[in-house]
Amino acid sequence: MAEFGALSSSFLVAAVGLGVPLALAALGETVSERAGVINIGLEGSVIWGALGGALGALALGPYGGLAAGALAGGLAALVFAAFAVWLNTDQIITGTAVTIGSLGFTGAVFQSRFGATGLALELPTVPAWEVPVLARIPVVGPAFFDQAVTAYLAYLLVPVLGWFLFRTRRGLSLRAVGESPEAANAAGVPVVRTRMLAVVFAGLTAGLAGAHLSLVHTGTFAENMSAGKGFIAIAVVVLGRWNPKGVVAAALFFGGAEALQFALQAVDADLPYPLFLALPYVLSLAALAGWFGRSRAPEGLASAWPRG
Amino acid sequence: MSTRTRALTPALTAAAALLATLAVAAALLALGGYPPGDAFAALFRGAFGTWDRFVSFTLVRATPLLLTGLAVALAFKARVWNIGAEGQLHAGALAAVAVAVALPGAPGFLVIPATLLAAAAAGALWASAPAAMKTGMGVGEVITTLLMNFVALFMAQFLVQGPLRESRGVFNQTDEIPPAAHLPDLVPGTRLHLGFLIGILIAIALWLYLTRTPGGFRLRAVGASPQAAEVSGRFRAQPVVWLAFLASGAIAGLAGGVQVAGVTHRMYEGLSPGWGYTAIAVALLARLNPLAVVVTAIVFGALSAGGGAMQRDAGVPEVWVRGIEALVILAVLTVDRSWQALASRGSRG
Repeated sequence: MAEFGALSSSFLVAAVGLGVPLALAALGETVSERAGVINIGLEGSVIWGALGGALGALALGPYGGLAAGALAGGLAALVFAAFAVWLNTDQIITGTAVTIGSLGFTGAVFQSRFGATGLALELPTVPAWEVPVLARIPVVGPAFFDQAVTAYLAYLLVPVLGWFLFRTRRGLSLRAVGESPEAANAAGVPVVRTRMLAVVFAGLTAGLAGAHLSLVHTGTFAENMSAGKGFIAIAVVVLGRWNPKGVVAAALFFGGAEALQFALQAVDADLPYPLFLALPYVLSLAALAGWFGRSRAPEGLASAWPRG
Repeated sequence: MSTRTRALTPALTAAAALLATLAVAAALLALGGYPPGDAFAALFRGAFGTWDRFVSFTLVRATPLLLTGLAVALAFKARVWNIGAEGQLHAGALAAVAVAVALPGAPGFLVIPATLLAAAAAGALWASAPAAMKTGMGVGEVITTLLMNFVALFMAQFLVQGPLRESRGVFNQTDEIPPAAHLPDLVPGTRLHLGFLIGILIAIALWLYLTRTPGGFRLRAVGASPQAAEVSGRFRAQPVVWLAFLASGAIAGLAGGVQVAGVTHRMYEGLSPGWGYTAIAVALLARLNPLAVVVTAIVFGALSAGGGAMQRDAGVPEVWVRGIEALVILAVLTVDRSWQALASRGSRG
């Protein structure tokens, strides 16, 4: 029984650790999609965040690294926004280009800075902060309250974004832009500016997610280390129904499926763990098909908006 | 704009975009400390330097991009945003291997068509779920096709680790398909296989279909405006959307089958370096014209073939090629926008 407790606790620790970057990227993407912009280039922000985090940490220490990572992710999103929102190019094609280009150019920068020798880079890592009292709660405590600052930022974003999106005027305007840019524009909401800001915000959180990968999760940088996290975040937004609370729960669920893989491999290597990894995607599809009640994307998602 | 300049616009767009890409790429290479001239020369030599480089590398690497590019172009033409070519390709590759391995003694003229048909059917099947969700429930296909890509990737991982794992049981890959199932060489003495010709034939067939048949007209009409097509009352949009999804999925699935039967002769994790996504750039650069896809697929095949040479001869890491691909897409988008702005100003004035 004690062994089971230790196993389930370490599983939860892993699930939260793997869920945090997904939650960060997906919470930002929720805001972006609520404003009507789907950013397939989010993967690009994550990988730039990982590299920016690594370079920043070498120069400024781990916390400077987190800030640099967020900034790098925000800049990648700004490139996407400049094309997809300001120039009004197709969101899907532009996002694809940003992802492909980011994976390429982060590799190029990394190789020119550190060579292609494949020697593992050692980075200063962000330590975990134990929250007094709460961290003592059996099983759940160490999993949720003995994490790095990125996890606490993710927790904090849930109520903040919930309040912003559903309780403030600006949040209402932003959702109006996502539902019907024409109507929002007629009501005097600056569509282009709102969408640009929403996209860059998502880039900042996705960059932070990337910095979490290099500075909390691994302590190193490797090419392509984002490994689809940005794409997964888009699925997380769907499963979380464009709602901060739902999104963070969905991120934990995806993190749990990934953690289960490691736990199962340790117990029995023959278990078909790829099926567990596929499960969250299948459930996201089921959610879209309405199996868990009505789930609807913002009406104006991926819609073009001609600059007036 | 006169008819003549309108006909020239796609070619001008592509040329202007390529020039812009070259300029930006040269600036970035110089910034990275590499002489751009040397890098481009090495890339060009690697892709077109000798007959064998061109046929065995550029054209072989262009083949999966040609097929997936056609799949994307057809879907986008009908305004079906199929981002799922990557998943459909995986489904096709798996089905092809499963069928070829299950027919060990069969002669080539039976097993090759069976393999490729299975690949196309699997790709279409993989596309049918997003098609049903779009037509039946109004769920947008961008997210569903993207999600299906991941399901396909994990499905492939599961199958090559378990049920379809090679009988030696050493690596996570399938058994090799029997020699009779290998696609024959197209050009003797090179590695170019029948798959390239299949791609060319499909390009011509799609072009004829889109420009010369009532079905193609309906597909383009739905692509131009689904509402208008529906309102006109002449036909319903839904069957057209289904057709675009299934045909697109089948062609992308065929890409997987052709790659397995023509090049790798087995399936393993990481078969595709993201062809299904690059295909979006291939189709877009061709302005969704199937015949132009042949050209743009060769351009991207050349980038891929030249990347290795660029690293070897000019010391520029191969990953730069991915960056250059992205620049091509962004340049096309920008040039396209500029033409539109010019055209609307012209018509207003």
